[in-house]
Amino acid sequence: MDHNYQKDISGCGLTGLISKKKRRLSGAEIVKSLCLMNDRGNGLGAGYAAYGIYPDFKDFYAFHIMFDEPSVRWTVEEYLKANYHIEKIEEIPTFPVKAISISPLLVRYFVKPLKERLVGEVQEADFVVNSVMKVNSEIEGAYIFSSGKNMGAFKGVGNPCDIAEFFRIEDYEGYIWTAHTRFPTNTPGWWGGAHPFTLLDWSIVHNGEISSYGINKRYLEMYGYKLTLLTDTEVAAYMLDLLIRRHGLSIPTACLALAAPFWKKIDDRDKDEREALTALRQTYGSALLNGPFSILFGHSKGLVGINDRIKLRPLVAAIKDDITYMASEESAIRAICPNPDTVWAPRAGEPVIVDLD
Amino acid sequence: MFKNLAPPEYLATIDQVKCIRCKRCIQNCGWGVYSWGGDKVLINTSKCVKCLRCYHYCPEEAIQIVDNPTRFKQNAYWGYNNIRNIKRQAETGGIPLTGMGSDLPYTILFDNLLIDACQVTNPSIDPLREPMELRTYLGKKPSSVDVEKGKDGKLKLKTKMPPQIKIDLPVIFSPMSYGSISLNAQKVLAMAAKECGILMNTGEGGLHEDLLPYKDNIIVQVASGRFGVNPDYLNAGVAVEIKIGQGAKPGIGGHLPGEKIPLEVARARMIPVGTDALSPAPQHDIYSIEDLRQLIYAIKEATNYKPVSVKIAAVHNVAAIASGIVRAGADIVYLDGFRGGTGAAPSIIRDHLGIPIEYAIAAVDDRLRQEGIRNEASIVAAGGIRSSADAAKAIALGADSVAIATAALITMGCTTCGKCYTGNCSWGITTQRPELTARLDPEVYAERLINLIHAWEHELKEILGALGINAIESLRGNRERLRGVGLDAQTLDILGVKPAGR
Repeated sequence: MDHNYQKDISGCGLTGLISKKKRRLSGAEIVKSLCLMNDRGNGLGAGYAAYGIYPDFKDFYAFHIMFDEPSVRWTVEEYLKANYHIEKIEEIPTFPVKAISISPLLVRYFVKPLKERLVGEVQEADFVVNSVMKVNSEIEGAYIFSSGKNMGAFKGVGNPCDIAEFFRIEDYEGYIWTAHTRFPTNTPGWWGGAHPFTLLDWSIVHNGEISSYGINKRYLEMYGYKLTLLTDTEVAAYMLDLLIRRHGLSIPTACLALAAPFWKKIDDRDKDEREALTALRQTYGSALLNGPFSILFGHSKGLVGINDRIKLRPLVAAIKDDITYMASEESAIRAICPNPDTVWAPRAGEPVIVDLD
Repeated sequence: MFKNLAPPEYLATIDQVKCIRCKRCIQNCGWGVYSWGGDKVLINTSKCVKCLRCYHYCPEEAIQIVDNPTRFKQNAYWGYNNIRNIKRQAETGGIPLTGMGSDLPYTILFDNLLIDACQVTNPSIDPLREPMELRTYLGKKPSSVDVEKGKDGKLKLKTKMPPQIKIDLPVIFSPMSYGSISLNAQKVLAMAAKECGILMNTGEGGLHEDLLPYKDNIIVQVASGRFGVNPDYLNAGVAVEIKIGQGAKPGIGGHLPGEKIPLEVARARMIPVGTDALSPAPQHDIYSIEDLRQLIYAIKEATNYKPVSVKIAAVHNVAAIASGIVRAGADIVYLDGFRGGTGAAPSIIRDHLGIPIEYAIAAVDDRLRQEGIRNEASIVAAGGIRSSADAAKAIALGADSVAIATAALITMGCTTCGKCYTGNCSWGITTQRPELTARLDPEVYAERLINLIHAWEHELKEILGALGINAIESLRGNRERLRGVGLDAQTLDILGVKPAGR
């Protein structure tokens, strides 16, 4: 447990949308929405995540990997070959953009863990998580930045529009989209540091600074997570993985742990609820995300937006037909949906949870 | 008789012009410094301990207690106390005793740690306008809970939670026995604990019946002398603490002289009046970790599974010991650093054994996390917590709560003179002499202690607000919000804290 890490601090803008009917929407919409919030970033990071983009490989984990040096690629591929069946390898299609002069080597792999590697009671998902942790923390210059099924993250150092053009985001079609523009205050641009941050099919975009980071990190380390990115977003992603996938909490319950109600509110509930909420806070005190944040997290079955307990960062939501929008600014929603059926500002700590039909 | 060759430490002086011969000083001094000489007050300054009781009760401000300018020749190596103790030992052949925590100038890590604050990228929070939560639950936590949504849409807990002790802020009172301190002093602690929603601890002196109304705010202690232990006692409080050691005197037992055992103390301790109350160095039914486990579970069986705390002195191998204690089934590990106070300890032990609490918290919290059992027990840290800042730093290093004793006694008049072991405390705290204990009015002094706790509560909230967090659990173990100043790399590494500037 090295404490001499340098934490990454940034402000941001975020936007996301979901079609409850699982209609696959072009990336052009989300790009337009994000680019409207250009001034919430400073050109040092932007990214997009989409669900439903790889229907032909939907049973395979799609590993998006960035390599600082092409030579690292072989080390990683050797590791992957030893542990995974690799269905397909291809470089992630990118297109030259004037503003982006340097980029890492970007490759995607569609893989499945080899059966014989799943020893004992190891679950497939745990195996994949361990692989991601191992590559990211042990192989210098390689970074798995997306590892879910039928979904993917695309991100890098640049303005939202440039990154969108670089990856040709409009060419992808997904039923859930999240996007993020970044305003880091202390880091030189690193492609891996941009959002969305993903693990398995969790993807997170996040605006804020989690002031409880230190304990959140140490809490996650107790459960074997290796925090290599040193961003608040990474903490949020792993926390969701721990609470929902490993501890089996429902998404609304996990939200009650991450942005716990105040004791005063808990004490006012009737006995059963009071007991449940008290036990959640007692047990998950170190998982409480404290400090200003708004977060969108996507997963294969839905999209969730949540604020900190006293709403220190903006989050607006809107509904139009089967699509729910959430963004840092209402203007970012209206840019792509001028006349929503309803628009509202979610209250502090109260999540907006949208599940697919 | 051979004259005492150690010069008096203090000179008690009376301005004879200002003195109105009211004799309050004679009445107030528990040490016998003053006596009436027919026309003026006589002074035996060699008895003075500078507790300042006389000073405060002199209506004319005629009294001054000054450090004796006549010292041994200054010597950077042979300190005043070295020479003084040798002279005393040459005269008595005994072990010089002392009270309170060590006053030697070892490095104070708390004073080399600074707390973070928010600027721009995260907003600070105003505790006067926004909720700020200090509530803490002590006890074993499961690693996860199962919560179900009922048909009525309401949440229902499926996991059976281990017992938890709720405290309104993470500052509780350390154990101090009836015998080592007066019943009135214990009442002050109990009344303040109840009012502030925190805890006091009986120490190893049994439970006087006058404290029963405060039982929901009391931890009862079981130590090596087993004084006052019976089934009612074990079940009286909210938890039971097994005392293995004390920061001020790790590895040694206790000795309450017969003079401090009048009838009431004897009843509470269940021993004859006037006998010395000897607490052996070890507990003679605990010679190993597996023995401790048996006692923990024997107590749990006897109390229908109340939380059990195990108190140890912070010693070199504290992390491994604490890990063993947690695995033995303790719900709370109470760590007592070497600066911790005592009613009586050999000064050679107090000043030279154990380690500071700051290291112990860091080492234990790290070890329990490495072993994946940090949730299995709460950590209470004690041993020299002087302010809410020390408390905040201890919590940021990894403690669930701190415990204070000296600070609480200071609200009752204590000036840390360090002579608790004599039984002459002029403030009525560490004495059983009825004429002295009577002057400590529990209600008056409870209010002062309540004031202190409320003040610290406000200060902790201000610190949290500056940190941009609104719940104490976000500070607990959050070493990212601490920075070391002037600490070497290895110390920083042990504390898990970055140097300032990083």
